[in-house]
Amino acid sequence: MSSLSAARLRRSIALHLFLTPLALIWLFPLWMMVVFSTMPDNGIFSPGIELLPHGNFIDNFNNLQRDTDFVGAIGISVSVAVTYTFLSVLLTSMAGWALARYQFFGKGVVVAIILGTITLPYAVVLIPQFIMVARDFKLANTWVALIVPPLFNSLGVLFMRQSFSMMPDDLFDAARVEGVKEWRIFLFVALPLARPMLAALAIILFLASWNNYLWPLLINSQPGSMTAPVALGTLIGLTKVSWGGIMAGAVMLTVPMLIVFVLLQRHFIAGIAAGAIK
Amino acid sequence: MRNRNATAYRFLTPYLLIFAVFWVWPIISSFLISFQATRTVPWRFAPAFNWGRLIGDPAFFNALKNTLLILVIQVPVMITLAMVMAVLLNSPLLKARGLFRFAFFAPVVVGEVAYSAVFRLMFNLNFGIINKLLNSVGLPSVDWFSNVTPAMALIMIAVTWRWAGYNAIILLAGMQSIPEDVYEAATLDRVSKLKQFFFITLPLLKPVVVFCLVLSIIGTMQLFTEPFLITERGGPGGGTETLGLLLYRQGFRSLNFGYASAVAYTMAGLAIAITLVQLWLTREKQ
Repeated sequence: MSSLSAARLRRSIALHLFLTPLALIWLFPLWMMVVFSTMPDNGIFSPGIELLPHGNFIDNFNNLQRDTDFVGAIGISVSVAVTYTFLSVLLTSMAGWALARYQFFGKGVVVAIILGTITLPYAVVLIPQFIMVARDFKLANTWVALIVPPLFNSLGVLFMRQSFSMMPDDLFDAARVEGVKEWRIFLFVALPLARPMLAALAIILFLASWNNYLWPLLINSQPGSMTAPVALGTLIGLTKVSWGGIMAGAVMLTVPMLIVFVLLQRHFIAGIAAGAIK
Repeated sequence: MRNRNATAYRFLTPYLLIFAVFWVWPIISSFLISFQATRTVPWRFAPAFNWGRLIGDPAFFNALKNTLLILVIQVPVMITLAMVMAVLLNSPLLKARGLFRFAFFAPVVVGEVAYSAVFRLMFNLNFGIINKLLNSVGLPSVDWFSNVTPAMALIMIAVTWRWAGYNAIILLAGMQSIPEDVYEAATLDRVSKLKQFFFITLPLLKPVVVFCLVLSIIGTMQLFTEPFLITERGGPGGGTETLGLLLYRQGFRSLNFGYASAVAYTMAGLAIAITLVQLWLTREKQ
């Protein structure tokens, strides 16, 4: 027995000796983001090795705000992400509910199409989406342009379909016997029961909207209508720009999400892992 | 389950409406646009205009080559790494599990712009921390941005850092859904942990691995932000230009929608072909 536990101990030590450096490498870019955001520009571009934070974050933030209206852009990003998350959760859970709880004509086709779009690159719809929204609907540089086209989300529907189909039938049948309408059953029985799944979905959707880059870059390119990642992206590559400022912006985009991640890790992981359980 | 067409479609309508307007029509439309000359007003139907140009365009083949090169190297490396992370995070011997999970999963929440900016600074030729660290152990600086090979390596490092943890989450969830007693039986029969991985975990996990591969291939096929921001518009001299970047330049800088649509359909064709091959390969062996 003691030789067995000695072997376990050796294995455990080897495991930690391998995993610890890997974890440090993985954390390094995030750590450096914080360090850079607190260093003056002449400190970032100096020959010494600096691995600890300084005290220059506020100055860097002011430089960023001088280069672009980052606070305004954050305001747009937050509003858009909140609205998008609410609408997308509603739409995908309604669709998921229909697919999970009713038998109807064309159901197989709908499911097949939704599954098929997972393997279809977004690039295929990008150009006509842009032409339609910008030229035909004249909605470029509006919130609608940022919120509505990304509302189609296939993984969300499949996730909600699975969540609703795991619920027992008698729950809803009891309500039906009482004469409760289907939409009331959905709103007041099914949705409250699906709360943990809705939380997981909402977090993933919020994050997707918060970090979305390509579509907002194309459709909302006017300075007053840019989201925060787009506004920050316009600074990268400019010659006269405060890199400390860019890093302060990166920290403001990232750290709130990291905090949410730590607090709601279980929901986060459930949302991402949904793809694995089929 | 009940047969209720009207009720079901009432719940589905908003979602299907968005789908029809912003996906179905664009899919058809971009196919049609790819057969039109779009640099003259009005657009005119010219079947060979864009596709003919595509076949003879060195810029297209350069972007295709770069995209496939990243795909062939980065995706297998990342999935292997994700598998290692998942297996080790799943080990009962692991202490401080929460800290390790945080380290590997945190990049999942980091936006492309934020991390592209950090990578640009970290890999800077003269002042980047990576070159300083290389120098401090006696290695020469690497010019990550002016030579093609290091620039490609940098793109692959960046994408791997961002997405390995994401795939590890999916693989880990898959591993945890494998029933415990399978392993208990194997342990009683004195099957080594390594053999257990190759003969139990991996075969049972195959659908999950395929799912990760498919998502990663489609993602890498459309790679845009990293070569756009980190290596600055696909530099040096188109050395890291991808199909996604070519599409962006043609569609949104030159406003050549027809040609950009042809590029988009090439990407879709490749993605679908690779996905089908993968599904076929895994079905064959089961």
